[in-house]
Amino acid sequence: MIPKEICDAVKAKFAETVLDVKTEGVLDPFIRVAPGQIRDVCLFLRDDDSLLFDSLMCLSGVDYQGGKLGVVLHLHSTKWNHKIALKADVQADNPVCQSVESVWKTANWHEREAYDLFGVRFDGHPDLRRILLPDDWEGFPLRKDYTLPEYYHGMKVPY
Amino acid sequence: MKELLIGLLQDEVLVYVLMALVPLLWILPFALFAVWWERKVAAHMQDRLGPMRTGGWHGWAQTIADILKLIQKEDIVPSAADSRLFTLAPFVVFIGTYAAYAALPFSAAYVGTEINIGLFYVIAVSSLVVIGLLMAGWASNNKWSLFGAMRSAAQVVSYEIPIALTLLAVVMVVGSFDLQEINRAQSGSILNWFIFQKFPFLFAAAIVYFVASLAEVNRTPFDIPEAESELVAGYHTEYAGMKFALFFLAEYANMFAVSMIAATMFLGGWNSPFGDFLAGPLWGAFWIILKGLLFVFVQMWLRWTLPRLRVDQLMYVGWKVLIPFSFAILFGVGIWVMVGS
Amino acid sequence: MEAVLEKPVSIPGFTRPLKSHEMVLNMGPQHPSTHGVLRLELIVDGEIVIDVIPHIGYLHRCFEKHAEHMTNYQQVIPYCDRMDYIASMNNDLGYAVACEKLLGIKVPERVEYIRVIMAELQRIASHLLAIGTYGLDIGAFTPFLYCFRDRERILDIFEHTCGARLLYNYIWIGGLSHDIPTGFEGKVRDFCKVFRPNIKELNDLLTYNKIFVERTANVGVLPADVAINYGASGPVLRGSGVKWDLRKNDPYSIYDRFEFEVPTGTGEMGTVGDCWDRYIVRVREMEQSLSIIGQAVEKIPTGDVQSAIPKRIRPDSSEVYVRTESPKGELGFYIIADGTTSPYRVKVRPPTFVNLSILPAMSRGAMIADVIAILGSIDIVLGEVDR
Repeated sequence: MIPKEICDAVKAKFAETVLDVKTEGVLDPFIRVAPGQIRDVCLFLRDDDSLLFDSLMCLSGVDYQGGKLGVVLHLHSTKWNHKIALKADVQADNPVCQSVESVWKTANWHEREAYDLFGVRFDGHPDLRRILLPDDWEGFPLRKDYTLPEYYHGMKVPY
Repeated sequence: MKELLIGLLQDEVLVYVLMALVPLLWILPFALFAVWWERKVAAHMQDRLGPMRTGGWHGWAQTIADILKLIQKEDIVPSAADSRLFTLAPFVVFIGTYAAYAALPFSAAYVGTEINIGLFYVIAVSSLVVIGLLMAGWASNNKWSLFGAMRSAAQVVSYEIPIALTLLAVVMVVGSFDLQEINRAQSGSILNWFIFQKFPFLFAAAIVYFVASLAEVNRTPFDIPEAESELVAGYHTEYAGMKFALFFLAEYANMFAVSMIAATMFLGGWNSPFGDFLAGPLWGAFWIILKGLLFVFVQMWLRWTLPRLRVDQLMYVGWKVLIPFSFAILFGVGIWVMVGS
Repeated sequence: MEAVLEKPVSIPGFTRPLKSHEMVLNMGPQHPSTHGVLRLELIVDGEIVIDVIPHIGYLHRCFEKHAEHMTNYQQVIPYCDRMDYIASMNNDLGYAVACEKLLGIKVPERVEYIRVIMAELQRIASHLLAIGTYGLDIGAFTPFLYCFRDRERILDIFEHTCGARLLYNYIWIGGLSHDIPTGFEGKVRDFCKVFRPNIKELNDLLTYNKIFVERTANVGVLPADVAINYGASGPVLRGSGVKWDLRKNDPYSIYDRFEFEVPTGTGEMGTVGDCWDRYIVRVREMEQSLSIIGQAVEKIPTGDVQSAIPKRIRPDSSEVYVRTESPKGELGFYIIADGTTSPYRVKVRPPTFVNLSILPAMSRGAMIADVIAILGSIDIVLGEVDR
């Protein structure tokens, strides 16, 4: 299916959840959805026979600045060999997004990484802990407004 | 020799102590040589050279340098370890191996002590090693060492059964446990050697014994207790310096001891392969050492060729493969001997 | 026989408090077999593993934050090298292909052919290391040295070309850093001729050895649908029987011009998707890479390798996700450009990060020695897991 058909199928089923669709003028067509309902959209994308997105290629966090963070999912179907991207924007002061770990198990570690580096909390994730940084690290480093702490356990951080 | 020394020193106890130290005269140079040889064998099998520089010709002084390094290392005892057991463990392991040398005949003229239950004594006393291994693993206060010790104890105890059974087959043929008697029974020609007798039973017994003895000395493919890639170093992880050197010494002494038993029981011991030519007390020592070194070389060869077995597969091989074979061999040899007499 | 613990012990990441007969074993960051600084917390009942909790992040070097602060897209390339340091050419290639798609650059034919040869040589080198260290984990010491002997020949070719043995900074956006030297084609052909019989030697020594088969067959079975759901890629996915290779299914560069097969696991020695299958996929992929190199080295066209390198890289605001087939699996780069000369966001999707997340699912119920075998068959590189 071409990207336009995929977007139309999703828009037809989830008219209120889909906030934006862009298939022209971008290298990767995407669908923007509300973060609180992303799991239902993903379940539809995975289980519908004409879509069959059984593989989550990548789940990334992004800091859009201006008080906005985002979560970007890149999906792919091994059967139909088509791709789509999903975007969900969250507020930086209370970043909560629904977890898609129950849809694709690979999201487990990807969401932990997004939480670790951006602070986005995933609702429904079974084990949301930091993954790359030490468990007691404070702050979310990949945010654009992040400043290094002076000391960590008595060690000077900036050198 | 004993009488000569008693005459010289006038003190029986001192003489006995000196005679007990005689096997050290063999074990220490052998361990120095074997470590170097193992590194050379490993290197050449792996398409590289091995020690080349220490001492000049092919690094022959490498082990001496290593021993000097180990001697001057700090003796570390972990603070949470049971220090008495920790210190005692390498000695128990070494004593278990060393005591076996008392009954091993190096030639027709030299044997530490000629006892009529020689073989029984050797097998019994080398089981002491298990106690030392368990002490080392437990006293280290380290879960990995404990794993290594438990696996090692299970392995050594299980593989003693095929060893005892296959050696028993030879004892049945000879009719005596006395190791010198077993040596004498193979004299004459090379065809009298037990590996060719009662064919194919004793030949199979030799193979089963050799495989089981690999497990006794913790060599690959049975080196789970010291599996470097899983347990760091198994039961001797926490040992440093001289204590580690003692474990190593015990391992090589054990390797040679089981090789010598194999040579004695199956390859004719100190008998020359040419019958009477090149025979005699000193030649006998040469032949048995050569045969022992042959088995040691095969042990090293296998170490650098084969991967290692998982612990449950190891137990499977011991209990469900080697022991039934040993029983079959024992049965076959027993019937043969009974029919023959 | 369970005793009652007065104070329940909870382990973060484990679903329930520990029972009294369960033991927590730490395969710490320093361990001979964890292929780097990986900490595995094993919860065991005797020898049987109940759960494995991997702790990563010991080698986290903030690649993504660094990429945002570079003044130039090309400056990110040395950082890319250092992620999967065993297969640097493929990292550079992935990033370069992603940036070229973002900028709309088409590289000269000569550059494409050389890139394919380098990437395939690097694939062989990476698989050799994976196979050698896997043998080491299982206890076979000798194949490791045979594999490294052959890997040295490849690294000599790389050193001849760009001066570096491990971290090359060779594949740049729009071209290459150096043209191939004279004698390069001859060296590559010699290598192919020498290496092919060595694969047979490796098979005789390790692959079909009964003890090795016993240790790896039927161990760590990964069914195909679980593999896809967990996002597995590369030999881990192909070992489960899924015929999926990005060089064929989602082609990039000029891979569609070469004839090669995609080996998959067939359960030849045990079950489909066991450790032996993942291992044999790597061995057979080396043979296929030799075939690709043989085809490519005959047809290198003439040209200038630096003609398409842009003087100034300032893409318009756009974003792209491009994935390439590195030896470990699907390496993805998600690059967001904001109209300046430095990237706004570079997210790396490392194949080993995702493959490692399957380790707990594969190891439950196995023995401790099996966990080592499974970890070795996933073939992780901590530089890539942690970035």
